[in-house]
Formats: sequence, C-alpha cells, structure tokens
Amino acid sequence: MALTTYVEAIKQGIWEEMERDERVFILGEDVGVYGGAFKVTEGMLDRFGEMRVIDTPISESAIVGAAIGAALMGMRPIAEMQFIDFISCAFDQITNFAAKNRYRWGAGVPMVIRGPSGGGVHGGPYHSQNPEMYFVHTPGLKVVAPATAYDAKGLIKAAIRDEDPVIYLEHKYLYRRIKEEIPKEDYIVPIGQAAVRREGRDLTILTYGAMLYQALEAAETLAREQGIQTEVVDLRSLLPLDKDAILKAAKKTGKVLVVHEDTRTGGIAGEIAAIINEEVFEYLDGPVLRVTAPDTPVPYSPPLEDFFLPNKEKILKAARQLAAY
Amino acid sequence: MRVDVIMPQMGESIAEGTLTRWLKKSGDKVARDEPIFEISTDKVDAEIPSPAAGTLAEIKVQEGQTVPINTVVAQIETEAGAVAAAGKTAPPARAEATPAPAPARQAAATSTSPGDGKERSARPAPAPPSPVYAAPPAGAWNVPKAAALIGTGATVEDLRRVRSSPVVRKIAQEHNIDISRIPGTGVSGRVTKNDILKTIERGGLERGATATAPGASRAPAPVFAPGERVTVVPMSAMRRKIAEHMVMSRRTSAHVTTVFEVDMSRVMKLRAEHQQAFPERHGVKLTPTPFMVKAAVEALKAFPDLNAAIDGDTIVFKKDINIGIAVALDWGLIVPVVKHADDLSLSGIAKTVTDLAERARSKRLTPDEVQGGTFTITNPGSFGSLFGTPIINQPQVAILGVGAIQKRVVVVDDAIAIRPMVYLALSFDQRLIDGAVADQFVAHIQATLQEGKFTEIV
Repeated sequence: MALTTYVEAIKQGIWEEMERDERVFILGEDVGVYGGAFKVTEGMLDRFGEMRVIDTPISESAIVGAAIGAALMGMRPIAEMQFIDFISCAFDQITNFAAKNRYRWGAGVPMVIRGPSGGGVHGGPYHSQNPEMYFVHTPGLKVVAPATAYDAKGLIKAAIRDEDPVIYLEHKYLYRRIKEEIPKEDYIVPIGQAAVRREGRDLTILTYGAMLYQALEAAETLAREQGIQTEVVDLRSLLPLDKDAILKAAKKTGKVLVVHEDTRTGGIAGEIAAIINEEVFEYLDGPVLRVTAPDTPVPYSPPLEDFFLPNKEKILKAARQLAAY
Repeated sequence: MRVDVIMPQMGESIAEGTLTRWLKKSGDKVARDEPIFEISTDKVDAEIPSPAAGTLAEIKVQEGQTVPINTVVAQIETEAGAVAAAGKTAPPARAEATPAPAPARQAAATSTSPGDGKERSARPAPAPPSPVYAAPPAGAWNVPKAAALIGTGATVEDLRRVRSSPVVRKIAQEHNIDISRIPGTGVSGRVTKNDILKTIERGGLERGATATAPGASRAPAPVFAPGERVTVVPMSAMRRKIAEHMVMSRRTSAHVTTVFEVDMSRVMKLRAEHQQAFPERHGVKLTPTPFMVKAAVEALKAFPDLNAAIDGDTIVFKKDINIGIAVALDWGLIVPVVKHADDLSLSGIAKTVTDLAERARSKRLTPDEVQGGTFTITNPGSFGSLFGTPIINQPQVAILGVGAIQKRVVVVDDAIAIRPMVYLALSFDQRLIDGAVADQFVAHIQATLQEGKFTEIV
C-alpha cells in the first residue's frame, strides 16, 4: 500500500467529505484555479466546480463571514486561511459570532477554519505562528492539531461533520515530511481524544503537532542512553482537552513535561499544569515542567529561528532534569 | 428500568471494598434503603442499603470479591416511578482514589488463596492509618529559591530532602515511613517515588544494625507443607488492616508496658448504688468502662504528653481528647472513638460507648467514627485476662489495657482484706514518654478510681 503524506491526507479527507455530502464546500484565497498555496485543494475545482471550490478576495474576515452565513443556511463550509497567521483578521467573526451563536440563538455554526501553522520552514514572523490559544480561550470553539497523516484525515472529517465551528491547525513542517499508510475505508478521529504514542513509566511528555516527533526522538534517546522510559502523549485536540488521558498519564509516572511550539506565556502547557496540579497533586513526584518557544515573535533569521523553536535537545535537557528530580 | 447498585465510597482515602455477604438473592424483592449487602473496607464493615425499591435483578459481584469504589455490584429492576427518586439517592461518583504505592508483596506470597489470588496480588496496599494530624502543611519543595530561603534558613536542597514530593509524602504517611531515613537517589538526595517504593518492597526501613523489621511482607519458609491438611481462606479487609497496622506499630514505637493494681471498691460501690436508677434515667447499663474512660480523661488532662503524637522531629499535642474503645467482634476488632470525651459527663460517656459498641457489632459505624482517636482503652479483662501488653494504636503514643476486676486478698492497713482489684497495663511509646511520666499518669488514674472521684453520676 502506498504511503500517504500528511498534506495528501488532509486533501483526501476534504475530497471524500465533498463526495459524501454535497453541502460541503471550500472557500479561500487561491483554492480554485491555483489549487491552494500548499496544493491541498489541487484538482478540486475540476471535480466539484466553481460553486463548491470558491476563490475569494484577500480578506479573511470576508472568508469567515461568508462561511458562517453559509453554515447558518445549512451548508458545511471549509474556510482556508492561506497561512493561519492571518486568522487574526477574522478574529471578531470567529470569537464573537461563530463561537457564541449556539449559546446566543441556539443555532450552531458547522464550519471548519483550516490552515497551515507553525515554524521550522524559515517563514518569518507572519508565516510561522501558532495561534491556537486565542481560540482555546474562546468557549464555543473546538481546536484540533493533528500530528500524523492518519489523524490529519480522521480529524478533518470529524471537523467537517461536527455541528460547531472547528479550528483545524495543520502543521506546515509536517506537510510532506510525514508519510504513513492510512486505511482506504472511511474513518474519523473523534475530537477531544488524545493518543498515547509511546508507553513509559518514568516520565510523561504531553505534546502535539510537529513537536510530537521531537518528543518521540528525545524519548528514544532517553531509553537508549539512560534506560529512562518515557510516555509520550499526543494531545491531538486542544479544545476540548482530553483531561482523562492527561491525568492518567500524569498519575502513571508522577513526572510531567509539557512541550509545545507555541510561545510560553498563556500557552496550553500552563493550563495543563494547572489541571494536573488541581486534580492529581498527590501523585506528583516532581514539578510539571514546560519546554516551549520563548515569548517573542518567530524570528526570520534561520539561526535565530533554530534557537527559538523547541527541539529534541531542549526536550532532552528538561526530561533529564525531571527524571533525575 | 434498572438502577445500578454501586460499591460506595466509605471514606476519603478508601479506593475499594470487599463484598462480604449478600443479604438478598437474585430475584428477591427489596425495599428502598433496605440493607442488601455487606461490605468490608479498610476502615469499617457496613451494611449497604438499596438505592431503590424493586427486584434484585442481577448480581455482578460475588461474595468475597474486592472491587474499586463505584463498581456496579448489582442492578435493581424498579417499578416505574421509583426510578427518578432512586437515581438521586445514588452516592455521588467520586473519582478520588489512592495510588497503588506498594507492590503488594505479601499478597503475592499468599496467592495460593482459592479464587482470587491473582486479583489480590495486583492490589494496592491498604489505605493509610490515620495521619498524625489531618492536614500537613503544603510542601515547599518546588517553591522558588528565594521564597524557600526567606526566614527559614533552609535551602531548596534541604527542603527537597525533607519534603520530597506529594506522592512520596503520601506514600510515606500511608506506610508510616520517615522519609529522611531513606537514602534518596533524586536531585539533592531527594527521595523519589521509586526510592520509597523500593524501601517498602524490601520490607521497610532497617532498624539500626539489627535485622530488618519483621514485616508481614516476608515469608521465609512455607507456612504449610505440601499435603498438609489445611484450609486456606483470604484475609478479610479488616484482618489485613489489623495485621499491617499492628506490625507497623511495633516497628514504629518503642513499646514499654507498665502495670498498676487498682482497688475498685469505691467504683463498684458507686456502681451498685446507681445500678437501678442509671438505666431508667439514661437508657444504658452502668458498667465500669465509663469510670475507666473518665479517669483516663482526667489523667490525660494532667499529662498532655500522653495525648500526643510524633511527627518526624516534632511532637504534636492534641487539644481534643478522643478516646478509642477497642470493641471485640466475632469477625475481628474495631476501635470506635468517643470524640471530645473531656466534654462528656460520666453518663454521656456511658451512652456514647454503649451506642458505638452496639453499632460496631451491627456494622453501622461510619468511617468518621473510627478515626481521630488520641488515646485508646482496651479491655482484655472482659474475657478474664488479668492484664495484657497492648500494642499502641498509631499514631497515638499510649494505650491502656484494663484487666478483669476480681476480688482478691489484699493487705489494707496491715490487715488482710478482700477487695475488687484490677490490673491496669499501660503500653507507652518511650520515644516520647519517659517511664516516670507514664507511671505518674497511671497513678493519676489509680487515684481517681480508688478515691471514687466521680462527682456527678446521675
């Protein structure tokens, strides 16, 4: 069976949902004729026509606003942000309208906003950000961040079928670097469920997105060089968080390291540390530690970006500290 | 509609219970709140009432099985309408659970037990004995450096060694282990979870140069030979708890026992005088026990060292005087506690003791009623024993054993007399209490009893 890339898995998921349900359509900048900046929508215009693959002006607010309207009229829009950094242009539409509609008027907004996030490709401060926490802080939204091709497809399908607005964060670093066999049959990955990627008893790493691979490499090194068995949990969904999985993994080892590419202050690691502290304090055998990007914009300079991003070495350093605690 | 019957949570630290007996059979009609099964937990035995009226439809947990709290043990088929009410009365699902700190070696060693050997070997250690005091101060092991140093003079490294982490402190408390005596492998020599688990696995801390403490966890030789005629039954939760607690207490305290002889003439006379009126007035018989409790309370007031506990390098003086009364049961022993005994009159003590003992025998004590004791009285005399050398009920520091009251020939004012006499045996923890203090304490009890200093009786 052929290997499917992460980006191809997203495309397959959207494609299959558009085949399955004629209410599903996609809109965004250059999604039609050009096939999308990262070719997620390539070939869709020919297959589904310009009523369902819509090129828009460069206005994220308009894209999201149109998507919300269509969703309220019974459609299932997928709004592409060419780079997720520009989702902030649609902030008001998302947080004040899409997120609150169900609570305010009982009308859900079944819409997906998706786009490439994350750094590691020398994209500079406007094409490398991780904006998840603006939305994790907004009740009424769901936020997912797949790390594998299997999850990329399963989560985009779950997001499209969801009755409420879902922010779907693709990691552009993973687009063509991650390949795996994925099932031909229809499947979804339920929103709100984490996955244990590696079992361990000494220490737990909680992470998501591109950092999963840095964490797994670090875990491998720890096992090989020091016999430290690290449990690695891929959160997959940030809102809702899979609290059960987080607490279970924390209780299992008593030592937790949270890793994310997002900046430190107000990142999800702080929230997770608070949950662990509140609910399983008696099980802790060390402080909950974080490995994150520092509180600065993503630098454009490649050496600076390398310095900025969390990586295997930084994870190893923190994990060793924690294991020895 | 079916209503779940669950294993209730009988105390904060209790994670599981053993279903000891079904009082109803599958297919039996049950009324709401009618007892349907008996359980045995680390703390108490109890009858559990039905959450709903209906028919006991399905029994999911058999007698003798130990299951986590909130496990569905049975279902009751209700008549329509009873459901809503029943749902409401179901105990709230509490997710609190104790960790499995100790790989239960002892259980594995006896896995020849029929039926549930496997299950038991995976059990967590029994719930902790009551802590020395209820809420230990929050740990400072992860506070920022500067904050840790202010005022205390202790470094972060010092704090790490003493305080360790929440999980280690919890395990240490459950097993009554002094963290500072374990060689830690963590940062700054901190005791890690692994360190303390390994210590427990080895059978606890070593005492000086002598052999390791005789924990129940080691089975050097087989208990019975192949082919020997034996019956092997699993220990009840209560029996396991008693076994662990007794060995732990022996390991913990420096036990010394002192014995006094007391002339009970005045007490027996007082008792005889009020034997008729007392039950009419108070509804309970007047036994020598409340006199003993009262005399002990007065002595505890005079000697607060005996109403204390040891916590690491500190002495915790208890301001409340809560007297545990050992009650022998057909299936074991339990120590319900007379709370605030110093606030009670003799009749109040008599009523409380009678009530607690009756409810202990009918399995209707709540977990709260067997916790918080600061001093214990046990009464081996009720079975004819002259005196025993009781084991201290941790974390207390002394226990008073009352022997049988017998008429004996004694010398009074150089004449031979016949007097009702009793031996009082006080076991005390000589880590905290010197012999002189212990003897003065018992002498105080002796004086109270001999002089019959009980101003109000009726």
